[in-house]
Amino acid sequence: MTTAIHNAPGWITLTNVTKRFGDRLVLDGVSLTVQAGETVALIGPSGGGKSTLLRCLNGLNSFDAGTVRVGPHELTAAASGRPHAATMAVRRLLGMIFQDFQLFPHLTALGNIIEAPVQVLRQDRAQATKRAGQLLERVGLSSHAHAYPRQLSGGQKQRVAIARALAMEPRGLLCDEITSALDPELKGEVLDVLVDLKRDGLTLLLVTHEIGFARKAADRVVVLGGGKIIEEGPPSQVIDQPQTERTRNFLSRVLG
Amino acid sequence: MKRALALNENVRAATRYGAAVLACLLLVAPLAAQAPAPKPLLWGADKEGGKPYVFLDNDDPTKLVGFEVDLAAALAEELHRPIEFKQYEFDSLVPGLVRRDFDFAMNGLEKSPERAKLVRFSRPYYVYRQQLVVRADEERFTTFKGCLDRKGVFGTLDGTAAVKLLTELDAKQQSYQSPTEAYTDLALKRTDAVFMDAMIAQYYAGGDKRLKNAGRPTAKGYYAIAFRPEDDELAKQVDAALDRLMKNGKLRKIYRKWDIWNEAQEELMKGYVFEENDHERTAIPGSEPEFTSEAAQQATSNVSPFWVYLAMLGYGALVTVRVTVLSFLLAVTLGMPLALGRMYGPAWLRFLATQYVEIFRGVPVMLVLVFIYFGVPSLAELCGLSLGTSLLPEVAAVIGLGLNYAAYEAEVYRAGLGAIPAGQWEAAASLGMSRPLTFRRIILPQALRQLLPPMTNDLVALFKDTSVAGVIAVTELNKEYLTFARSDPAVVVVLGLVTAALYLIMSVPLGFLSRRLEQLWSEPAS
Repeated sequence: MTTAIHNAPGWITLTNVTKRFGDRLVLDGVSLTVQAGETVALIGPSGGGKSTLLRCLNGLNSFDAGTVRVGPHELTAAASGRPHAATMAVRRLLGMIFQDFQLFPHLTALGNIIEAPVQVLRQDRAQATKRAGQLLERVGLSSHAHAYPRQLSGGQKQRVAIARALAMEPRGLLCDEITSALDPELKGEVLDVLVDLKRDGLTLLLVTHEIGFARKAADRVVVLGGGKIIEEGPPSQVIDQPQTERTRNFLSRVLG
Repeated sequence: MKRALALNENVRAATRYGAAVLACLLLVAPLAAQAPAPKPLLWGADKEGGKPYVFLDNDDPTKLVGFEVDLAAALAEELHRPIEFKQYEFDSLVPGLVRRDFDFAMNGLEKSPERAKLVRFSRPYYVYRQQLVVRADEERFTTFKGCLDRKGVFGTLDGTAAVKLLTELDAKQQSYQSPTEAYTDLALKRTDAVFMDAMIAQYYAGGDKRLKNAGRPTAKGYYAIAFRPEDDELAKQVDAALDRLMKNGKLRKIYRKWDIWNEAQEELMKGYVFEENDHERTAIPGSEPEFTSEAAQQATSNVSPFWVYLAMLGYGALVTVRVTVLSFLLAVTLGMPLALGRMYGPAWLRFLATQYVEIFRGVPVMLVLVFIYFGVPSLAELCGLSLGTSLLPEVAAVIGLGLNYAAYEAEVYRAGLGAIPAGQWEAAASLGMSRPLTFRRIILPQALRQLLPPMTNDLVALFKDTSVAGVIAVTELNKEYLTFARSDPAVVVVLGLVTAALYLIMSVPLGFLSRRLEQLWSEPAS
């Protein structure tokens, strides 16, 4: 199974991506392939490079060597991290959800959602508003369309953030520890939305500490440590029968 | 000698035998050596006031010279008491005397009814007249009255009788702190004429080929020495001493030395007792009628001067508001590109913007104004351009204050924009928004609410800082007040309160607005 995925031409392909912050090697020649519609959970110790990997994927971080391919678009090390046409195209294919939501505080939930469709895609405002209403319904927040972010709970904010990303009609979502800032009782409502999106066929790349959720929802789990992929495979294998010492150590710490 | 030295501010000068004038003052001390040494009299005057009264010798700037320095020396001799010079701002001589900072003021102080209410004047020691000076090629008018009728703009000197007369005649005027600036601006066509003491005109404009005298001197008045009213005994002694100096010809010798002798002084020397209403008797035959304060008051109407003052203060307030609004608009407009350049620009632009902010925050705004108003036209002239006529004081003030406050506003923008988390940029980027679009739609609207309270504070500060524009002859509120206060001591308190009230009426609501905005927008944003 593992080898098969590696050999298939993936929808997202990272080849030998290397990233340094000063002297620190954060990504050490990472290669990874993700198929369209696949849900991949990235787990591993803090500082292992998980978030950086996501951010290199859509051009929020530059990288020093290697290439990133998303669909037909390729980001090279030299052009990475800058708003080139390829970067902009990749961002249209991959939405991103952040740990700390990053809703626009001066706009309502609805305003947050229609901002990019109206300003970037030049959608008609009425049409964008109609679509935003559907998205809010989908994340269970129809009644909060005119609430400002400061009036929403953490879980509600994160669901608005997901609706905002979906409004651009991406093919996949990059989720960077999107439940880490939430109280335990609020995590469920956000994870439920992800399961729903997976069912719809969106490609999901999740950096997460929710091992339980990864086991249940992910097609594949990738363990990243010290800038390298330590282990990858289906959750039943990686989480329940880890092959390496480092994965075992990490899992025992996280699962307690 | 040693004691006198310590009391004199120019120790080095006094030790020189060549410093004849000061030595004269000091020599009196040994004369009184046998008797208990008499307490020296403190003489208040402004050495920055200019020639030929009391000024620093060009050849030896440690030495004080001037006809009043000579007169003080002669008086010391007559009174058998040393007289010591005490530096004091010309504008503040009368209050300084009342405060007992010195014993008498002698500095071309014009004897006016307003001042006479506060001080005891000695007998006059000089008869002055005002001289109208115009550009050498002036053909539109030849007399004071001609310039007045044509609504010309008069340059004049702060705190002098000329200001009062021009105000009472309802003439357009620009008041300067030094004669040099007034005559420079006349030559640069910023004013139509300069109306100033003939003595000053002679010393400052006499050698200037670009300028000429227009008409004969007019608006006669007297210089007298001012004492505190309770020091009548001292005043009498000085009156007697002046009388002796007039009779024995020493005063005439001093005036001749300084080339300020004329027929009018002859009358004074003859012991003629001058009254306030004796214009006809000393009028120069064949000359145009004298312009005097009293005549002007009768001519201009029955409106009391107080209402004239109030109207002028109102006009000053208008100028203050205009300068504030325009320079603030310039500052917030220019501040934005400065902040953007400094935050997001390429290295060279960051460097330039940073230097701009550092320079303008580090340099006093008064210096900037003076440089723009007086310095830039001179520079332009050196480069063969002529801006002199086009740069009006108010325009220069708006530019100077605007450039200065742009540095502060740039910092306000920078703080406001920098306070928006980087995550907002990233969230917008991940939605496909470009950086300019993100700035306009996401960052700026959030920053604005953080910008407005500090900007309103700056507006209040700028509002008060416009008073600095007085140095380049902008007749804003504070300058109007100073002009009246200096020419008429009786209105210092009342008009001071009125002026303060005018400032407060305008600044308090702004401060209130600033606090209100802060309250409204201090709620957590996310």
